[in-house]
Parts: sequence; C-alpha cells; structure tokens
Amino acid sequence: MLLAEGLRHRFGAVRALDDISFAVQPGQTLAVFGPNGAGKTTLLKVLAGLIQPQRGRAQVDGGRRSIGWIGHQPQLYAQLTVRENLRFWASLYDVPESEFALRKDDLLLRLGLQDHAHRRVSELSRGLVQRAAIARALIHDPRVLLLDEPFTGLDRMSAEELRELLSEEAAEGRAAVLVTHNVEEGAELATHIAFMRAGRFVQCAPRAGRGPAEVGEDYRNAIA
Amino acid sequence: MRSPKLLRHAWAVASKDLLVEFRSRTAILSAAVFVVLVLVVFNFGRDPTAVSNVDLAPSILWVTFTFAAILALNRAFQLELENQSLDGLLLAPIERSSIYLGKLIANLVFVALFFNVPVLPYLVPLMALIALATVGFVAVGTLFSAMTVRTRFAELLLPVLLLPFMIPPLSWAVLATGRLLAGRPLSEIVGWLNMLAVYDIVFVTLAIFLFPATVNE
Repeated sequence: MLLAEGLRHRFGAVRALDDISFAVQPGQTLAVFGPNGAGKTTLLKVLAGLIQPQRGRAQVDGGRRSIGWIGHQPQLYAQLTVRENLRFWASLYDVPESEFALRKDDLLLRLGLQDHAHRRVSELSRGLVQRAAIARALIHDPRVLLLDEPFTGLDRMSAEELRELLSEEAAEGRAAVLVTHNVEEGAELATHIAFMRAGRFVQCAPRAGRGPAEVGEDYRNAIA
Repeated sequence: MRSPKLLRHAWAVASKDLLVEFRSRTAILSAAVFVVLVLVVFNFGRDPTAVSNVDLAPSILWVTFTFAAILALNRAFQLELENQSLDGLLLAPIERSSIYLGKLIANLVFVALFFNVPVLPYLVPLMALIALATVGFVAVGTLFSAMTVRTRFAELLLPVLLLPFMIPPLSWAVLATGRLLAGRPLSEIVGWLNMLAVYDIVFVTLAIFLFPATVNE
C-alpha cells in the first residue's frame, strides 16, 4: 500500500505540495492530472523518497525496494544493450541470478523485446526504448508503480500498448500513481482520479465509471 | 553483511561506467586529445638549451594529468544526467556511498589509463607516487562532479572548486617527481608520500560521508 499524509513542500516561495493526503491500495491506480508546474513530479519524488517533504509523511510498504519508476526519460544507458541495462538495474536491487533470468525472459516476451535484447538502446526506436524502460522498472517485481508522464513522446499505438500493459500490472495487484497533464491518456487506467493545481488536490475521488471525455470535462471545470 | 553489499553495488556501478566509456570513448578521447595537444605545444615551445628535460618533465607531467583528468571527471555524473539515470540510482535500495565508490573506482581506471602511458618506463616509486596523488585527486573530484552536475555551469564549476583542493597533493607530487627523475634517493620523497597517503585517507573518508548530502534535492 502507498500512503501520503499531509504532505507539504516548498521550493523557495513556490508551494509545490500543500497538504496532500491519499492512500492507494494494491490493484488501485490513482491518476493525478494537473497543468505544468502543479507539483505532480514533486509529489512522485516525495513518494519515491527522492525528496524529503518539509511536513507530512509518505509511506510505501516495502520501502524503495518495492517501487518501480516509469517516466518519460527511460533511465537506460544508450551505449548498453537492453539485456545489459536490465542486468545492471537488477544487480542494484539484488535480484538473484536465477530469478533475473526468468523475469528478464518473461518481460522481454511480454513487451515484444525478445528480438531486441542484444541491441544497444541507442539503436532502438522511441517506442522500443519506452518498452525497455518498462522492463527496467519491472525487473525487480515492484509492488508499487510511480508513473511520471509515461506517454510522452509515444505514438498512438505505443501509448495504447503501454496502457494495456499497465492495466495488466494493476490486475496483478500492483498499486500505481500516474501523473500527467494529458487527461485523455491516463483516465482509462485510473481507479481514482485527482486534479492538482498549485500544489493542492482540488478534487480526489474514485473514477466511478467516468470515461475520458467526462473526466476531461470535470478537469477543465475544476482547474479553471 | 553491509560491506560486501556496498562493494558489490559499487562494483556494479563502476563496471557499468567502464563498459559505457569503453563503448563511447567520450572521456578517454577528449582527455587523450588534450594530452597530445599539451605535449606538442610544450615540445615546440621549450628551449632545450635553457631548461633541461628533467627539470621540465615533472611540471608537464602533472599539468597534463590534472587538466586531462578534469575532463574525464566532468563526464562521470554527466552520463547519469543524460537519461535521468541519477534518479534511478538514488531510488535503488542501495547505500548512496556505493554510488560514490563506484564512480571513484571507474574514474581511477580512466585516469590511470592515460596517465600510465608516459609513466611506465620510470621507476616503481613513481608509480606509488602517482597512485597516491591520483586517489586523493579523484576522491575530491568525484565528489565535486556529483555536486556540480546539476548546475548550469558544471564544466566551469568543477575546476574552480577542485583546483584549490589539488594544490597540496599536486605540489607534493611535482616536487617528489622532480627528485625521482633527478635520480635522488628514495628517502628524500618518503615525507611527501606520507603526506599524500594522509590526504587520501582524509578525503576519501570525508567524501563517502558527504556524498549522500550532495545528491539530495
């Protein structure tokens, strides 16, 4: 489970987080929508422990070991192959060799990367790089996913494939927090939806069957 | 239990950096070009009748080494920024000191690679001298590289911060190298070697403790 209680954080005069509280249970996905500068990435970094909040607390069951981060930057080394990248990140998470072999093969197959495992990341298309980034984020079998604008730069088909994969991961019981400024891309994945402006949640509620168009309408009303 | 894990993670970071550098050759090439440039300039610029080779060699050696190594150090954390991998490293459940140690090991290998070329024909004590000076210099340089990499003027800031800290070990190294190349007895340089060893111990220890604070946002 992932818990945020009364998170507050400032960068100088800028209020990045202002009394943010929520809980995300296994299998749930909280989508946080907001314009640029609303504090979305700061929220994710606080949840990940990369930034210590000035007030409040964030807690992830299992700590940093149980977090998988997928952002619009792949966190992959361009000069290394997909396989070498996966091995490097797995070694930092102390994934045993036997488990690494199984998880790597499974992820490469599910992500359609089995024919690209020996290729350097610099040789891959943007869509394949993003798939490799997802494999990297999942190689240690995290229970919580933090998703920072994961659809940025993807074409329509790659974005749809990513949505399907994230739905599968949620169905396996992973909790997720997704932040994006694009309502259409994230609404379908969410079980809960929050709108964020100037560091505050102006609305946080279950999606309750609303489609992307309705969520978009609510978002425009709330943020305006 | 903690130390083997720390070293294992440090080695993972170091071997990854070395593999990336082996394939891209970015740091090595820029440093090698700089070394060649300095040697050519000094070769044409010096007057052999006014200054002997033995007198000039220590200064050329250490000036070349210092600035070539700064070029390589700048690259150490720049590599992580390119794909926002630094956040990934900080998010991983590892001691942050292991990131520093990994970078330190990789930087030592980079610097040793191009520094040992002109040194190999010389004496074993000179190798010890170079090793001691290198550890201290790279220990401080790796820490400052992490500190400056997120700033707008990282490539300018690193030498500005680093050079004052390099003056003590470099001056000891230049003086000791001069004595060695002049064929003086080893007893004359033992004092400098001791001071370099103390400098290394102090700054490696300090850097390991300070590194986590330098990478916090």
